[in-house]
Order: sequence, then structure tokens, then C-alpha cells
Amino acid sequence: MPHALIAEDEPLLAAALQADLARLWPELTVVARVADGLSATRQALALLPQVCFLDIRMPGATGLEAAQALAEDWPAGTPFPLLVFVTAYDQYALQAFDAQAVDYLVKPVDTPRLAACVARLKQRLADRALPAPAMPATPAPAGDDAALQQTLAQLRALLGAGAPAAQPRLEVIQAGVGHLVHLVPVAEVLYFEAADKYLRVVTAEREHLIRLSLRELLPQLDAQQFWQVHRGLVVRASAIATAQRDESGKVFLSLRGRPERLTASRLYAHLFKGM
Amino acid sequence: MPRMPSPTAAAAPADDPSPWPAFARRGLRNQGVCAVVALVIWVMTPGARGNLYTAWVYSAAIGTCSWFFIDGSRLLLARWLAGRAAVPEARRPRWPGPRWMLACILVGVALGYSLGTALGDAVTGFQTPSLLLNRPAIAITLVSAIAASWFFYANERLRQEQTAAADARRAAAESQLMLLQSQLEPHMLFNTLANLRVLITLDPPRAQAMLDRLIAFLRATLGASRSGPHPLAVEFDRLADYLALMGLRMGDRLQVTLDLPAELRTLPVPPLLLQPLVENSIRHGLEPKVDGGRIAVRAEVRGPRLLLTVRDTGVGLRDGATPSPAADVPPGSHYGTRHVAERLATLYGAQASFRLRPAGDAEGGTLAEIDLPLPPAEAPAGAAAPAPTAPA
Repeated sequence: MPHALIAEDEPLLAAALQADLARLWPELTVVARVADGLSATRQALALLPQVCFLDIRMPGATGLEAAQALAEDWPAGTPFPLLVFVTAYDQYALQAFDAQAVDYLVKPVDTPRLAACVARLKQRLADRALPAPAMPATPAPAGDDAALQQTLAQLRALLGAGAPAAQPRLEVIQAGVGHLVHLVPVAEVLYFEAADKYLRVVTAEREHLIRLSLRELLPQLDAQQFWQVHRGLVVRASAIATAQRDESGKVFLSLRGRPERLTASRLYAHLFKGM
Repeated sequence: MPRMPSPTAAAAPADDPSPWPAFARRGLRNQGVCAVVALVIWVMTPGARGNLYTAWVYSAAIGTCSWFFIDGSRLLLARWLAGRAAVPEARRPRWPGPRWMLACILVGVALGYSLGTALGDAVTGFQTPSLLLNRPAIAITLVSAIAASWFFYANERLRQEQTAAADARRAAAESQLMLLQSQLEPHMLFNTLANLRVLITLDPPRAQAMLDRLIAFLRATLGASRSGPHPLAVEFDRLADYLALMGLRMGDRLQVTLDLPAELRTLPVPPLLLQPLVENSIRHGLEPKVDGGRIAVRAEVRGPRLLLTVRDTGVGLRDGATPSPAADVPPGSHYGTRHVAERLATLYGAQASFRLRPAGDAEGGTLAEIDLPLPPAEAPAGAAAPAPTAPA
């Protein structure tokens, strides 16, 4: 009995999708219906469904951001869910979806298209079920890992396609504390880390908090110098001393000039390969 | 001569940035002027004194030299004056103003006449009497120079005005297109259609009513640029259509209050003036908010003024978007607010004002205010006609 999650902020469309799925795929159980991107991540991580239908434009976080969070926090040992993105308009370069790893639907979703999507999902679940049960002790079978890598690569492409165009470079960061404003040259920053509504700006000597989201900051940074290694973490590439990979695909980074170790998610682990 | 910066400054760099190709073209056309002058001299002087060839040689020599000095000096002078007044490169005038122009002509004619006569003498072998003795020739040169300068000046002005008019037309069309694009945003349109598609099976009468609202909204949006003012009641009807469609999409995440006092219903307002503000409230305020919220559109009279407000309890203006907390400046990134401000400026000049600011109370969100002079009560009968009455 496969489980599914539907994330769609428009109630009528969410109900309709669930009703259509009930007709086309009676065995599928919809375990959660959520209306925003943050709940989508939370519920999916709690319920671990096999399929997630994600609307792209949602309050809280977009469907793509929810997928990114899932890819980073999904527990090892459980197969990553099959993702189906739903969008009203081709703003995310839909050709990026055109592979087997991730499917997409364009609203209004007509029944034949949804039926084709269901057939594809069933096939993928069946493929997945075949080799796995033989050796439950193996944490991640090779075939599954390849599929996951394909999904991750596609997600990266999608996140890149939806990202805003590069803006003028930020040279100095103004970090205010009460009536005092610290001017921090970007050239001295070792990494930026998202912390709730704030962003930690860390230099070799000290750290500052600014009210800016990583999403707003990223287009103003030089992508050659600053690498995104996690959805909440952007590190100066030249400040990274070593990168060590563990079995789950995570990569631990040690820095020049700072004692703490940072964690890169498996979505960005491809950045750290020996030459 | 100080000049107002051209309103279509952006279009200016498209003009040829260097004045010298046009200078050369004027030099060629000036040869036509010289030929005409030669012909006039030849006709007016008794045949005994000269032939057409001699008249043309002197006319061409003096005319070309005079043109060269006058046209060259006024271009350099205009550039120097503009440079001194720190006018940006793109919109520097090519004419130094009437007084300087007269100086250019006098000096140019003096130099051009002397040099041209010497050249003419060299070609024909004649000996022209000294400068001051030949008053008719100087007069002819001066009159021709002034006439030719005037001709070139008028010509260039005409072309500039034509370009400016074309630019203005293009800017108006572009602005209209951008507004349409923002109102008929594909995401809104396809999501609405997706909802209607579902509603058709669930609740056919409601689906029909919603479809009627979509039709009224589309008709008003597509026709807004061509129709004159419509009554405030019609404006509110169209907002109600749009908000009902948004309500269909957002469900109970959207609450709507429309407040139009009965005595204001007939006041004429520009069509869909409030639409971009309501749309901004939805798109940038309430849609991104997980719990949604409330939007209130209100019309009220305050003294001799009509006050129209759109208030939402959405996510509010972004910190970075407003330079200071009290800033009245609408953020330029939002096309809708810029359009409203521009439209008010065109229609009412300094008589109307537009402000976008944080609502500033416990509920948060954004408040957009339009402050207009109170229009005369009755809308012109013809203007309201194209707006369709709400379908049953």
C-alpha cells in the first residue's frame, strides 16, 4: 500500500487531485494533505510517504524548497520518495523535469495526463520493490543510490532554473546591533548560515546577525567564491580545508581559521570530489 | 540655454552619439544652398558683369567656408556649454542658444567670407576689392547664412520632435502592455481555470457564477486602456469579481471587506485604478502568508478629497524595500504601484497623491492610499456605458 502526500495551497485543487487519484489509483493512500511548503517538509519527514505531490508556488516555502529540504534531511535507509511537481505556469524551465527521476504536472491537470503520471509512478515503485527485499541489511542498494543521485542532480538543476538572476555584487555587509552598525567586508566572511529569520555572518574573528534570507543574499554573492553546501549554509570555498564524506552521503567540512566543523548535505556533496 | 531633461532620456542613446556624420551631411546639403545663392546672384546682377560659373565658384567657396565655421563652432560651443553645466552626455543639446548662435554666425560669416573670397580669387584669377567695399556680397553672405542656419535648425527640431513623439507613443504602449501582463499573469489565469475546471463537476451553478466573474474581469482588464472614467460602484464591482476569484483559489485564507458608501457610488474614477493595488495585496501580501488574512478596500470623503484605501494583513513590505520606516516612496520593484503613481501623476498632476506604507497596527500588513480631489458627482453618461453591468 503506497502512501502519498499532497502539498497544494488551493483547497479545491487539493481535494480534486485527491479525488482523481482515488479513482485512478485506489491502492494509494493519501496520508497527509498540507497547504504550505513548511508543513510539507515536516509532514513528509514524519510520515515518510513513497510519493509526494508538491505544488511549486506555496506560502512558507516553495515546492522546490520543500523538495530540497527533503533531499537533505531524508533519513538514510528509507528510499527517497518519488516527487511530482505541480505548477500552473512554465516559469521553472519545465524541460528540466523531462527525465524519469521526477515528474511534473501542469495545472489544470487533465485526467489522461494524471493517468500517465500514475502509471509511471507505479512502474517506478515496482522497479524499486524488486531487488530490495533480498538483503534488508544493506543500507543503500546500488540501484537505489543511482536513482537518488539522479533525483538530486535534477533537483539541483531545478533549483538553479528557478533562482533569481545574478544581482550586483555585495561588497560590505551592514550588521546593526542597537544603534551601532558594523561594516563587514564580504571579503572577510568565511561563511553564512541561516538561523531562523536571521543570517549568521561569520568571519575569522567574530560573527554578526543580519536580517536577510539566504535566498535574497545568494544572487549578490560570487558563486565561484561562495559555495552553497546546504540549504542553510554558504561557505567561502577557499576557507574550506578538508571535506570528509560519511556513509549517508553527508560531507563534513573543516575550515581554515575557525575551529567548528560544518555539514554539507548530500544534495551538494558532488562539489567535494578528488581531482 | 538650460533645458529640462527629456522625459524619454532612455531613448536618447539610441540616437547617433557623434554629431559629426550629421555635420558632414549638412555640408553636402549646404552645397545646394550655395547653388541656389549663385543662381540668385546671377539672375539679379546684369549679365554684363559675370557669368554663372564665376558666381557659383564664389558662392560655393564662401558658402562652404561660412558653413564650416558656423556649424563647427556652434557644435563645439554647444558641447562646451553643456559640459560646463554638467549635462549628461546622452541629452546634451546640439544648439548653443540664440545669442551664441548669432555670435557664431557673425564670426563664421566674417571668416568664411574672407577665406572664401581668397579661394574664389585663386580659382578664377580675379581680384576682389577689399572686404569692406563689397557690401552687397557681405549682405548676401550674411542673409544666406542666417537663412541656412534657421533651415537646419528647424529641420533638426522637427526631427527631434518626431522622435520624441514616437518615443512617447512607444512608452505608452509598453506601459499598457506591462500592466496587461501583470494583470493577466499566467499563473493567476491558469490557477483560476484549474479551480473552475474542478468546480464545474462539484457545484455547476457556482462554477457558472465564477466564470461570469472571470469574464467581467477579463473584459474590464482588456478594455481599461480605451475607456474613460467609470463610476466608483463599477470599480468596486470589478474588484469584487477579482477578489471572488481569488477567494475561490485561497478558500478561507482570504477574507474580504469592500466598503463603498452609497453616496459615493456615482463618483467617476479612472477605470481599474485600484486593481493593481488589490492585486499586490494578494500576490505580495496574502498569498505568501501561510495563514492568509484580510483585505479591506474602502472609499471615503474627507473634506474636499476622496480617499481610496487598500489595506491587507499580509506579510508586509519587506525590510529592504523601504529605505526608511516613514518612506512614502513606493518600492520601484513592484510594477503595479509604479503604474498607479504614474497614472495619477498623468491624470491629476500634483492634485493627487499615492502612498504605500506599513499598516502600522497590531495586525500588520500594508496600507495603500490614494488621495484625489473630489470629482464632480455625476460620471459623464457616455463614459460609464462600455462597462458591462454585472451578469445575473
